[in-house]
Amino acid sequence: MSQLSKQDILKLARLARLRLSDVEVEKYQKELSAILGYVEHLDSVDTSGLTPTYQVSGLTNVVREDEIIDYGTSQEDLLKNVPIRDGAYVKVKRML
Amino acid sequence: MANWKTIAEEAADVASGTNSAIKNVEKALKLIEDNSEYQAIINVIKDRALYRAKEIDAKVAKGEKVGRLVGVPFIAKDNFLTYGSETTAASNILKGFEAPYQSTAINKLEAEGAICVAKANLDAFAHGGSTENSDFFVTKNPLDKTRVAGGSSGGSAAAVALGLAPFALGSDTGGSIRQPSSFCGVVGLKPTYGLVSRSGVVAMASSTDVIGPITTSVQDAALVLDVMSGTDPLDSTTIVRNNQPYTVYKQPNTPKIGVIKEYMDEGVDPEVKKVIEEAIQRLKNAGAKIEYVSLPSLPLALAVYYIVVPAEVSSNLSRYDGQRFGFSDGTAVNLDDSYELSRSRGFGAEAKRRIMIGTHVLSSGYYDAYYKKAQTVRTKLCQEFTSVFEKVDYLLGPVVPEVAFKIGANSEDPLKMYLVDIMTVASNLVGVPAISVPAGTAQGMPVGIQLIAPQQHDLDLLQLAKWYEETR
Repeated sequence: MSQLSKQDILKLARLARLRLSDVEVEKYQKELSAILGYVEHLDSVDTSGLTPTYQVSGLTNVVREDEIIDYGTSQEDLLKNVPIRDGAYVKVKRML
Repeated sequence: MANWKTIAEEAADVASGTNSAIKNVEKALKLIEDNSEYQAIINVIKDRALYRAKEIDAKVAKGEKVGRLVGVPFIAKDNFLTYGSETTAASNILKGFEAPYQSTAINKLEAEGAICVAKANLDAFAHGGSTENSDFFVTKNPLDKTRVAGGSSGGSAAAVALGLAPFALGSDTGGSIRQPSSFCGVVGLKPTYGLVSRSGVVAMASSTDVIGPITTSVQDAALVLDVMSGTDPLDSTTIVRNNQPYTVYKQPNTPKIGVIKEYMDEGVDPEVKKVIEEAIQRLKNAGAKIEYVSLPSLPLALAVYYIVVPAEVSSNLSRYDGQRFGFSDGTAVNLDDSYELSRSRGFGAEAKRRIMIGTHVLSSGYYDAYYKKAQTVRTKLCQEFTSVFEKVDYLLGPVVPEVAFKIGANSEDPLKMYLVDIMTVASNLVGVPAISVPAGTAQGMPVGIQLIAPQQHDLDLLQLAKWYEETR
């Protein structure tokens, strides 16, 4: 299970929206296989009767009123880091 | 280097007019400049810091009420959003990013009169244990420039060890406050999960990330925690803090301390082990009851960590898409191309590595075998911590099995680098507070002991740590 093929790496890269060079594909194939090989020993651990822990402080469903709070941040502040803008719009490249 | 008095003394000097905020800020900026060879700092916050210092001094002159940290400069890891400088998380994808708001932790410190003067280096996005994964440069260990300062909060720990400011802030996802603190010979506190708001801190792994102080003494760490902790409407994962102030010191009464067998067995450098054994002896002489305890699932913690954390990393880093903020590749012809090129050119090798591991362990067909299995073994770990804390009040062990390694020694082998975290990740996975306190030296380099307490026993942990500090 831990041996990843070149194809696996390319598939993962595509899922994660990363484009890799041939050198990177080869490097990650080796490294990711080694890392997955290391974590694989969890397979043999007996976890019968146990449920997963996703949260450790015991908080559940923290809710608040849906209200507007003014934090003094302007629209311009929020938009100043946008790479391509058209006024108050975030501009993106065409889809196709 | 004793460039500064304790934080409380520094604040008292400014409040009384013996010293001024402006002098403190100028002193810190000069120290930062004079020590630039260590590359602990990414950006200084000069204009805003000087402006705030003037405001504070004017308040003091008018006799207005001032805060507990009045005029005290500090340095924040560069994954804290701050006004007055870029926030880069040491990554190319965030280079030039100017945060539109500031982290709650820094707002709370500022409300008490503290002044952020600089942003410290880290492994990009806090992925690493040596700052060698910084997209910009490697921080050098203040005690030996050929060695790493540790990581990921390496710049913060080096800054405090160099005395650039009285304290610094770090973040700890799997040891990133404690490990560099051990490597640089300073105090590093990882509080209980949820005790300090993470609003405005670049997210790495949301189920284990905590933020905390790096200082030269336990009482300084207690003061900073006291100011920063508590619930925050902007971070729904924050918990209600202890009613008592973290700053009140009461000597522990014959505390029961469990030495973690799994951490003292093989794989620990003999000189490091000797330092830890001396620390145990000191605590024993001071009246602590010492016993050796076993948490059989501890050797699995690192594997759990390197499944759970990359999974959360891959999710948290999906927001860097080149469209709304951060680096965007201008050559892309369509949107999909823009995502791929921006992310591929903006992320460094380690971020890509973790994103892909995370994507793999969360992908359909592998989710149960990796992610769900790891989270279930995490339950086992949590249960073992709960039951060991029925027998002892605290746990003790090394922070890292070795001293600061040479720059480049582990950088060719990512798995070897991950193994450096072997004694720190468990506290993050179960959410308990842990602290690294200087304990001695091995091969001429600092060694810290790690003290661990149950969740929300941060005050007890600080008291034990101070008690230990006093035995030295």
